[in-house]
Amino acid sequence: MGNYDAIVIGAGHNGLTNAAFLAKAGLRVLVVEKNDYIGGATVSRELHKGWKYSNCSYVSSLFRPEIYNALDLGRHGLKVIPLISSMTFKQDGDYFGSYNNPNIRRRELMRHSPRDADAVVRFDADVMRWCRLIRGFLLRTPPDPGSFRPRDAFEFAYLMKKFYELSESQIYEFIRFFTMSIAEYLENYFENETILAHYSGGSIIGTGLGVYSPGTAYVLLHHAMGDVDGNIGSWGFARGGMGAIAGSLASAFQSHGGEIKTDAEVAQIMVSGNKATGVRLASGEEISARTVVSNLDAKRTFTKVMDEKDLPPDLVRRAKNFKIRGSSGKVNIALDGMPTFPSLPKDSQLTLGHMHFTDTLRRLEKAYDDWKDDRWSADPYCDTLIPSQYDPSLAPPGKHMMTVFVQYCPVEPEGGWTGDKRDQFGQTVIDQIADYSPDFKSLLLHAEIRTPRDMENDVGLTEGNIFQGELTFDQLMFNRPFPGYAQYRGPVKGMYMCGSSTHPGGGVMGAPGANAAREILRDLKKADTTPEEFSDD
Amino acid sequence: MNITHEHFRQALQRTPFHDRISALSTTETWTGWNTYKVARVVDKLSAEYFAVRSGCAVMDLTPMEKYRITGKDAYAYLDRLLTRDISTLKPGRVTYVVWCNDEGKVIDDGTLFQFGEQDYRLCSQHHQLDWLLMSASGYDVQIETETHDVAALAVQGPTSYSVLTAAGIDGLEQLKPFGIVDLHCGDIPITVSRTGYTGDLGYEVWVKPADALRLWDAIFSVQGQYDIQPMGLDALEMVRIEAGFVMPGFDFNTAESTVRNGYDRSPYEVGLGWVVNLEKGHFTGRKALIAEKAQPIKRRLTKIVVDGNKPVGEAFIYTGKGGKPVGEIKCTIWSPVLKANLALADVDYVKGRLPEKLWARFDYQRELKWRTAWAECHAQSKPSYVPEHKSATPPDRF
Amino acid sequence: MTERNDVIIIGAGHNGLVCAAYLARAGLNVLCLESSSSAGGMSAPRTLGDDYQFPGLAHLSYPVDSAIRRDLKLDKFGYLPGKAIDTIALDAGGNHLTIGANRVSGDGLPESDEAAYAEFRKQYLDFAEALKPLFGNKPPRLKNIPFADKTTLAKIGWNIRMGLGRETMYELLRVAAINIYDVLNETFEDDRLKGAIAADAVMGSAMGPRTPGTVLTWLQRLRGELGGPMSLQSGGRSQLVHALTQSAEDAGATIQLNTHVEKILVDNGKAFAVELSNGEMLKAKIVISNADPRFTFGKLVGAPLLDAMFANRVSQIRGAGVVAKLNLALSGMPEFEGLADTQLANRLLVAPSMKYIEHAFNHSKYGECSEHPVLDIAIPSLHNSSLAPDGHHVMCVNVSFVPYDLEGGWEDEKTTFAYKVISQLGQYSPNLKSLIVDHEFLTPQDVETQFHAVQGHWHHGELSIHQSFMMRPLHGAAQYDTPIDKLFLCGAGCHPGGGLTGLPGRNAAKRVLELGGAK
Repeated sequence: MGNYDAIVIGAGHNGLTNAAFLAKAGLRVLVVEKNDYIGGATVSRELHKGWKYSNCSYVSSLFRPEIYNALDLGRHGLKVIPLISSMTFKQDGDYFGSYNNPNIRRRELMRHSPRDADAVVRFDADVMRWCRLIRGFLLRTPPDPGSFRPRDAFEFAYLMKKFYELSESQIYEFIRFFTMSIAEYLENYFENETILAHYSGGSIIGTGLGVYSPGTAYVLLHHAMGDVDGNIGSWGFARGGMGAIAGSLASAFQSHGGEIKTDAEVAQIMVSGNKATGVRLASGEEISARTVVSNLDAKRTFTKVMDEKDLPPDLVRRAKNFKIRGSSGKVNIALDGMPTFPSLPKDSQLTLGHMHFTDTLRRLEKAYDDWKDDRWSADPYCDTLIPSQYDPSLAPPGKHMMTVFVQYCPVEPEGGWTGDKRDQFGQTVIDQIADYSPDFKSLLLHAEIRTPRDMENDVGLTEGNIFQGELTFDQLMFNRPFPGYAQYRGPVKGMYMCGSSTHPGGGVMGAPGANAAREILRDLKKADTTPEEFSDD
Repeated sequence: MNITHEHFRQALQRTPFHDRISALSTTETWTGWNTYKVARVVDKLSAEYFAVRSGCAVMDLTPMEKYRITGKDAYAYLDRLLTRDISTLKPGRVTYVVWCNDEGKVIDDGTLFQFGEQDYRLCSQHHQLDWLLMSASGYDVQIETETHDVAALAVQGPTSYSVLTAAGIDGLEQLKPFGIVDLHCGDIPITVSRTGYTGDLGYEVWVKPADALRLWDAIFSVQGQYDIQPMGLDALEMVRIEAGFVMPGFDFNTAESTVRNGYDRSPYEVGLGWVVNLEKGHFTGRKALIAEKAQPIKRRLTKIVVDGNKPVGEAFIYTGKGGKPVGEIKCTIWSPVLKANLALADVDYVKGRLPEKLWARFDYQRELKWRTAWAECHAQSKPSYVPEHKSATPPDRF
Repeated sequence: MTERNDVIIIGAGHNGLVCAAYLARAGLNVLCLESSSSAGGMSAPRTLGDDYQFPGLAHLSYPVDSAIRRDLKLDKFGYLPGKAIDTIALDAGGNHLTIGANRVSGDGLPESDEAAYAEFRKQYLDFAEALKPLFGNKPPRLKNIPFADKTTLAKIGWNIRMGLGRETMYELLRVAAINIYDVLNETFEDDRLKGAIAADAVMGSAMGPRTPGTVLTWLQRLRGELGGPMSLQSGGRSQLVHALTQSAEDAGATIQLNTHVEKILVDNGKAFAVELSNGEMLKAKIVISNADPRFTFGKLVGAPLLDAMFANRVSQIRGAGVVAKLNLALSGMPEFEGLADTQLANRLLVAPSMKYIEHAFNHSKYGECSEHPVLDIAIPSLHNSSLAPDGHHVMCVNVSFVPYDLEGGWEDEKTTFAYKVISQLGQYSPNLKSLIVDHEFLTPQDVETQFHAVQGHWHHGELSIHQSFMMRPLHGAAQYDTPIDKLFLCGAGCHPGGGLTGLPGRNAAKRVLELGGAK
């Protein structure tokens, strides 16, 4: 084997996206993947016979339509079906539903708070304003504040121009939004406890912060700025599970001549004379290439697969100090039938969307307090979906697949994980759901319980962090993953990063992979195959 | 409030008049208005339009947002909320009002009804409870939504007075424009205001939802004697443009829902400077409006007549045929009474003045074939249609 | 009605006094109105019974800003920064740490921590130095930027990029908005040391060590240290308030005590007078409020005279106090296990680990009192023996993470909780209980009533990032002038916030003069 122009480490969605754009530019590209399956955290796995689990990421919204279009993923089999709702069960037997239909949405809001039903107009406009601003930066390489190069100056000027599209007071409001907690931000608009809890949930997903922690308001954007066919903020299921995204990317990649090698864990990125020369696999096999792209998170890249002596000392320190803060667990469940939720009226469509069971900010914050003390939340925030209601390919007829994303779960509970502890964690989640669905437990056929450690071991995400590193302001834009290294280039020539650890961060977005490809092609003086942003205007 | 958690089965609520309108609907063209199902056209658009201009049209106004504002500080509160001086408003009177955000951009417009010393109703196009409550800090006022607790019919047109009188409502002869009076229709207690959005003689009749159908039946019992047509929103759009009324959210963005900086509008920019009183004392947006007033005006929503008879639709405005783009048409209709294309256009001013020449460039279709046309536009300082009979008290019987 | 003053300043807290002194020096006719019977606000001394005197609420401080000291000739009026003190991080096992400005010592402290401490302090003092132009000026606007603000921005930019150098700048960018917890874990091993630094970072704020933004609050503290070391306010003529009062009066300002302002009177969008509680109206060309912005706008001006969204934003300013004060009159010298008497003149801190602080903070989030609060203890009578009768002492304790809104209310809980704190102190000082002659316990609610600080917040509003700089106290009033013409703010609610720096007062005075003074 040999003669590759580029090797991409890790067949996650960003690695595949990156590889596909490189291959499309005519490079000979090899993707190496440690597992015997591709996808990284965008997978559909048959872990119980007849059921397919999206056992890591589970819904899609952020995936850039530009990439979808440029790689022709539709023709490679990808279909993303929009979700129609989300809801929160209340402890008093009622519920709050957020519907796509504007009339139902308003009437449901009014049922809980007439004032909030009106305030949502202001809220939507403000959040949309911030979304529009951020969306304009997703498919661009952040400028380096330490650089005096014209290119960085130009990019800064672009950034300033975007900011100056806001009015002066909007600029301050944006900074406030960026630095506030989600709870306080929402309290500027809403008064109803359930509505506050419902809207704040998205802001703690995947992050080691609580609803009252400054910086969480911005995370809301990471869950609100995506879109399905132009409907900003809406979410969708990939038909066939999230693995369909990786599958279509792999298919697009291979159609451009790319190769994928599974069961090929990289032991080290080989460096010689401050240049990347290839990779050495755990098997001892060496594959050479002038360009090596790591889709691993920044911590793993620089502390595990690169030799400290090949790296500048400040970078090693930064990598060690990179904030990962694994905080999420996952429970994937095979169900013998559709569970019932007595709170919901007959024929309610709310089971088709996200379901949550934490109805106050206090419960959410307490869930965070548990995690701070290295315990899983006794009363966790669970983002629960039953995608088999849309997608019959996920479970046998009449049966269902449920995915439960759990916030918070520590990387290591005190004394470390044991099988018993993992089961107790799973049981906490199952009990919470069963509180609202009496027949739920009797329908349970199989549950895969995944702690952050499990996700780290299976997927390779350090501490199981779904974003490959916290999405806090110290690690965004030109600070992601570290200041001075935010332009996808590693510290040695020919070495690049393309994972969610890089701008614009996590979520099944593909943008880091595409952005990295653009920089690589630029260095190689190849024609740019990556797409330009679809304008929001 | 008529909301249950069964709303997901039927997204749009039914107004108390729905059964009657539904029975009369031949077009079945419905739309949503504030979560209610309302008719765009009930039967025939031209008949509905001409009912307003020559007979009597009846429209269901129930979905309009209605807020009851009461309490010791009700006047002070409204005075700070609204741009207009309302010190001369009295119980039994109505006035047209506008309110702005801190930046002096229009949040909404509406009609303010004063029932008693400390008792007002504010009717608006958009949802305002959030803003009204936010503005209430520091005031002893109670603000309640009564949108769903009060049913309303607009009874508009030259014969509206006659129709209502014939329907058994006595006591309208002395009701002046913008007056309010409590009356009975038979044994049904009603409130009647001489108000409307049509630019013609007309009344708005307010009634308890439980009495709504009986009121409707009483009015329609004189059909045959007079030309009475149930009217939908499409005809209303025609007559309100003829009358020169603006519609926030359609002709311009309401401030609270505006995403893009600079896409909202001040009262001066939408031709509502006449409801702004900078001398009356503090109100929200005053400081910003004083600053704006000191500068030459940047743009204005301008009433225009477009030459010719081609349907104008959406169009850009230029300083001349092939000239510089200076604006765009926000709403337009063909006026059957005036035989003219009427429109409201958002036009940029140059050094504080309306450009001398305005031309519209628009696309229109003939048998599925698109064409482009240029037509000269003529700015109007007054509403296009103001009938003399509109304000006579007592009204003519026709 | 009296004759018209140039300037009326509401509140003779230290910022009000600084502002008064500057404006009087600029030739304006200044009247400063203070509702209580002494000037100084939170730094005004207190008494307990006839025999015991205590420093004000803010018993620890850094020297006042050096420019203020010079401009207002404070040394001439007797100002002397207090003697430098160390912080002793108390350990339940008697294994205390002594933390000074540049060194830390104690049994069991890893050597690496000792070395790291000096380096760490230097780096953060460098950061604080780089940010000096930001603190010493009005916060720059970010759009429609006037020339003066461009200068400020350029200075900060230059300091950060060229002064710190590229690598240090990157580090500042990284840490500017994060939590102190991560930074300390990256740097140190010893829990006591991390606890002590973290306690400083969150002191006075409703934040725990893990709350993002606590590096910034710590930087704001360090900014004070640029002028000199921390010292104890121990009363007497050398105190800042005393010198400020003298300086202001010397320049011609009048300070009128026991005068309670009820209303700021506004006509046609312009402040023109204040109304006192006795109904008297005092006219002025300029009105400046040293009060909490929430009180200034919400009560003194009133929402009706403001635009609705502005008034709403005022009501959304966060700042519920979390620090209670326990003052103890003692009949003798308390003994602390593991500490010599001479060490007791230092600041004693009960914050043994970051986890301890975080747990204490957790309770306050839910309106609960922690059984294990963070305690910041001082014995001022060791610095000034006149504070107590011979052989007697006064001890003051800041008790952190005491909620303003205690679930169930304070009425029944206050005494119980004070005793809990006293018995917690007893764990470190066994004889303390037996020495207590009298005590005073001020919950944040008491701080609110006695010091006119809304919700009893030390800094007149949280020093969170979204309430700092051009957003402090809120945008639209962040440059000391307000939407009301001729009404200014000069208190801790303004940039750069709390602490006895005097900077808000100075920046406000400069702003008044920049906008034409009393013309």
